[in-house]
Amino acid sequence: MSDRELRVSKIRNGTVVDHITAGQALNVLAILDITTESGETVSVGIRVPSDRLGSKDIVKVEGRELSQDEVDVLSLIAPAATINIVRDFDVVEKHRVERPTEVVGVLSCPNRHCITTEDEPVESRFDVLDDGIRCTYCDTIVRDNIAEQIDVA
Amino acid sequence: MSHDHIISAKQLSRADIEEVLDRAAEVAEDPESFADRHENTLLGLLFFEPSTRTKMSFTAAVKRLGGDVVDMGTVESSSVKKGESLADTVRVVEGYADALVLRHPSEGSAQMASEFVDVPLINAGDGAGQHPTQTLLDLYTIRESAGFDDLTIGIMGDLKYGRTVHSLAHALTTVDADQHFVSPKSLQLPRSVRYDLHEEGATIREHTELEPVLPELDVLYVTRIQAERFPDESEYREVAGEYQIDTETLEAARDDLTVMHPLPRVDEIAHDIDETDHAHYFQQAHNGVPVRMALLDLMLGGDE
Ligand SMILES: [Zn+2]
Repeated sequence: MSDRELRVSKIRNGTVVDHITAGQALNVLAILDITTESGETVSVGIRVPSDRLGSKDIVKVEGRELSQDEVDVLSLIAPAATINIVRDFDVVEKHRVERPTEVVGVLSCPNRHCITTEDEPVESRFDVLDDGIRCTYCDTIVRDNIAEQIDVA
Repeated sequence: MSHDHIISAKQLSRADIEEVLDRAAEVAEDPESFADRHENTLLGLLFFEPSTRTKMSFTAAVKRLGGDVVDMGTVESSSVKKGESLADTVRVVEGYADALVLRHPSEGSAQMASEFVDVPLINAGDGAGQHPTQTLLDLYTIRESAGFDDLTIGIMGDLKYGRTVHSLAHALTTVDADQHFVSPKSLQLPRSVRYDLHEEGATIREHTELEPVLPELDVLYVTRIQAERFPDESEYREVAGEYQIDTETLEAARDDLTVMHPLPRVDEIAHDIDETDHAHYFQQAHNGVPVRMALLDLMLGGDE
């Protein structure tokens, strides 16, 4: 295996988010608040052949572990995702995402009259419904394109 | 009353509602016996947008319980203008009062504010969101005039933006009322309200005309259709005209039909209805005082 391949496929310490719904990798980066300026070493595979899903996306982030809030939102846009925590090139923890009953932070409410969109010391909070999410504060329901509500700081 | 704060009509069970309405009926029956029940109680009024009527009603309620108000005044004269957050404002003012009443233009503001205070907080309207004391006084008026048993109600006007309608419709599911919604297509119930009503097992029947459903109704709740909801004046006039009622319209109604309106009205209820037995909207507005007295009494521990 060449150096170049190794760099793309393996990380030393960090997180591999695998089995992401095809086409959602860039939204996963947005959830993790990763941009070209944010400094992490990241590799992204888009529409990689997969036995389980036909095709999938995959994101590997060096030196970064995910918070529960990030995992919760991730589960909404990539319900089949698996999270692999890597230390010293070994996968030390591997788990599937679970659909939470609520998500806190990460997303922002699309209602521009919602108190959570103002300069108040409060995080966004959504109840997770069978087919969408609902703002705990203003009751606005988001059914389609939840990824559009990812808060890009 | 098991609630620390009154944020939304949605949090109220049938038992909660009946408890408040029963207490309101006691107040209306014998106001004297409540006159000094809450001496030295101070109610903090935080009105971030003008609503003179609601403010007067809360002020009258606490004064008739023997208490008084401390009033933030207008936003222009307060620290808010200097950019203070709502979370900070309520945390300061809770030190001055035994309970707070909040009116704020942002939806969810009362919910958020309640997370920062220990004294009871009552939502007196959060933008297009909730206004639970309006709902309670509406329910009181309905119970007094038509009763809750086998109730058939028509709710007409702006059902999309009308927050009183959203709260009322939700609360009426607790008494299994038969609800008919009458509005122009463009002002039908929003998605989140339909969702709630479905969750509560209510059947939503929507109409664009009042005529076919009017003869069945025990109560007709009329709301105002605002001109700013329409792209131009002529379209507004054309649409709004179809949702105005007068004595001629009501010829097809039951003799004991109760007509309600959260007021102020413009021209959706003709003045010729005022003198008929159908008109309950002024009584409805007056009911705000005993209902708010009852709610304050229960929240401030009037059971001893
Ligand atoms: Zn919201």
